Amino acid sequence: MLPSQQYRQPDAGGVLAALHQVNMRYGYLPQDEVRQVAIELGVPLSQVFSAATFYASFSFTPVGRHKLQVCEGTACYVKGAPALMGHLQAELGVAPDQTTEDMTFTLKRVRCVGSCGLAPVVRVDNETFGRLTHSDLGIILDKYR
Amino acid sequence: MPADLEPLHAAGRASLYPDRIKITVGMATCGLAAGADAVYEALSQRIKQRELDAVLVGTGCIGFCQQEPLVDVRLPGQGRVIYTQMTRPRARALVDHLAQTGTLPVDRAWAVIDQEESLVEDRVERFSRLPELSGVPAYSQQPFFASQRKIVLRNCGFVDPASCEEYVARGGYRALAGVLSEMTPQQVIDEVTRSGLRGRGGGGFSAGRKWQVARDVPGETKYVICNGDEGDPGAYMDRTVLESDPHSVIEGVIIGAYAIGAHQGYAYVRDEYPLAVERLTNALAQAEAHGLLGENILGSGFNFRLDLVRGAGAFVCGEETAMISSIEGGSGEPRPKPPYPAVAGLWGRPTVINNVKTFSTVPVIMARGGDWYAAVGAPGNTGTVVFSLVGQIANTGLVEVPLGMTLNDLLEGIGGGSGNGRAIKAVQTGGPSGGCLPARLFDMRITYEEMTSAGSIMGSGGMVVLDESACMVDVARYFLDFTTVESCGKCTACREGTGHLRAILTRITQGQGTPDDLALMEEVGQAVKAGSLCGLGQTAPNPALSTLRYFRDEYEAHVIEHRCPAGKCPVGA
Ligand SMILES: Cc1cc2nc3c(=O)[nH]c(=O)nc-3n(C[C@H](O)[C@H](O)[C@H](O)COP(=O)(O)O)c2cc1C
Ligand code: FES
Repeated sequence: MLPSQQYRQPDAGGVLAALHQVNMRYGYLPQDEVRQVAIELGVPLSQVFSAATFYASFSFTPVGRHKLQVCEGTACYVKGAPALMGHLQAELGVAPDQTTEDMTFTLKRVRCVGSCGLAPVVRVDNETFGRLTHSDLGIILDKYR
Repeated sequence: MPADLEPLHAAGRASLYPDRIKITVGMATCGLAAGADAVYEALSQRIKQRELDAVLVGTGCIGFCQQEPLVDVRLPGQGRVIYTQMTRPRARALVDHLAQTGTLPVDRAWAVIDQEESLVEDRVERFSRLPELSGVPAYSQQPFFASQRKIVLRNCGFVDPASCEEYVARGGYRALAGVLSEMTPQQVIDEVTRSGLRGRGGGGFSAGRKWQVARDVPGETKYVICNGDEGDPGAYMDRTVLESDPHSVIEGVIIGAYAIGAHQGYAYVRDEYPLAVERLTNALAQAEAHGLLGENILGSGFNFRLDLVRGAGAFVCGEETAMISSIEGGSGEPRPKPPYPAVAGLWGRPTVINNVKTFSTVPVIMARGGDWYAAVGAPGNTGTVVFSLVGQIANTGLVEVPLGMTLNDLLEGIGGGSGNGRAIKAVQTGGPSGGCLPARLFDMRITYEEMTSAGSIMGSGGMVVLDESACMVDVARYFLDFTTVESCGKCTACREGTGHLRAILTRITQGQGTPDDLALMEEVGQAVKAGSLCGLGQTAPNPALSTLRYFRDEYEAHVIEHRCPAGKCPVGA
């Protein structure tokens, strides 16, 4: 072992990293995969499940092809995020944390993606759109439909 | 300069100051959200079409979000010229102008950077400018930048975050080399203590004292953790540093590890920051490749590893003991303190946790000396603080100012007022742990103590500006909604109390509140503060209590007259 590695705990952040991997592959956490994580890491299943339920990034139900996050952080809130959210809910016919029938979008609320200077902000997957007005939303949705 | 760094330095200078035209696009998350990638594409295509001999690069963020997308152009030997609010057509026109005339257009030239300071090397480099541009203000004279003092943000927007070489060319890793070859760990701690540096994650605890505690606890195994969780909504200081200058953070963490005797560290970055994760991952690999991390760093015999841990969307994980639980492999539930992490942290070992900005300040302190740093800012509140100035303010952006500046100078001088004709009513600082300060207090100085005694906190730097159109009761309800959702549920005071406060505030905003609710709110708020296990609950009532303290009239209008003065709340419904 290299000297710098002797203080390293192999399982540091391991549960989180493994759950992220599953989540990246499927978009959500299938139960069997979560069991597999516990077996592979040699960690009690209860611990893995309690972590999986603790974090907002993970979900046990399948999600749409695109994650549509509406920022409701403070800056976006004071610059009109609630109206954008209302508009999107009506347009897509889903509430936050729900997925459209055609499985295209899962609508999420997020509290700040760190682009507050361009509030209000919407993020689709890893792409962020700022200074939004209602009319921009249609263009953005069409891009992913 | 240490021999190991020389080739990097030379390569970095060549890419920072090439012998060709250099066009730079600000491409941190905020620039991208404003359309920087489309501008980049347009520039790239047009450069090819016109066969312009130019390099095109993406860089981090200089903090002027209001004017994004930003494009800088530098002719060989000249100062960089900043063009604001770029669009695809403007980008193409810019390239056409360059190709046709070999000079720079004046149109949309917002400022010229005719001198660049390399803070670490204590060197200022001056550049000339084209006569055509004589009427364009210098960067250092634009009101948005004039009274800023950039220490944490020293390289943001000036280096390519994907280039270790450019970081080194601006003095990067020189402080680390000096520390490892010339200083004992105790000398490092003494220097940091002398600088007066306080934690920039919000608490403001002395960094030097924390390091001393961790160093003095006996034991072979110690850890450092860099807190990049940045959970406060409305704040993006740490994201910007991680995306725009990741090596400054890494260098600071290595110095901290050497000081306390740690050989392993973790950088915890929140999940909502994918670009920060990507750029930090890349920078860590570069640092390892150049012998700046890992075995025998820079030939000193010191070994240190730094691994990245990606969070998963839990606000409470920004709290240090919750972060430790999260890294150890499970849900992020906080633990009672004491013992403090510096005594017994990760796996029970002494662990220093500092914020991203605290760490990125450290190389400057080591290079320039603790006394130099202590001369910036105010006594007891030395150095600088970074704010994200957002909400109803003309110049939104990321600003770094000396501590001790007044709120007025920040909001009017740098921020330019609300910019919409309405008066600024309050600022919200410290996120869900902080409070709202009313306009009549704006001549107070920005120090940890004055912010706290006014009922808010310095926090990590989120500053949301609220004008007359905001309802302060609604703002309080917003934050209690946040903390109710984010409470981890471990302790009763926080779990039940935040929900109770949210219910009272919701009922007030819906016109169903009574005057008794105000007293009840105060009582519940005090109970939650006193009875909660961790800082989340201990500070969660602050937004409610501080608005009640300063904007009681607005509350009374809601509960007595069933009227929302700002016209925001559905009181009549
Ligand atoms: C609920 C809660 C959330 C916190 N979130 C953060 C955060 O996002 N970033 C941070 O640096 N500190 C955060 N802190 C403070 C940390 O617990 C800790 O004090 C800090 O990381 C120490 O670093 P510093 O001394 O450099 O500020 C939070 C504290 C609480 C109570
Ligand atoms: S508040 Fe929306 S990006 Fe920060």
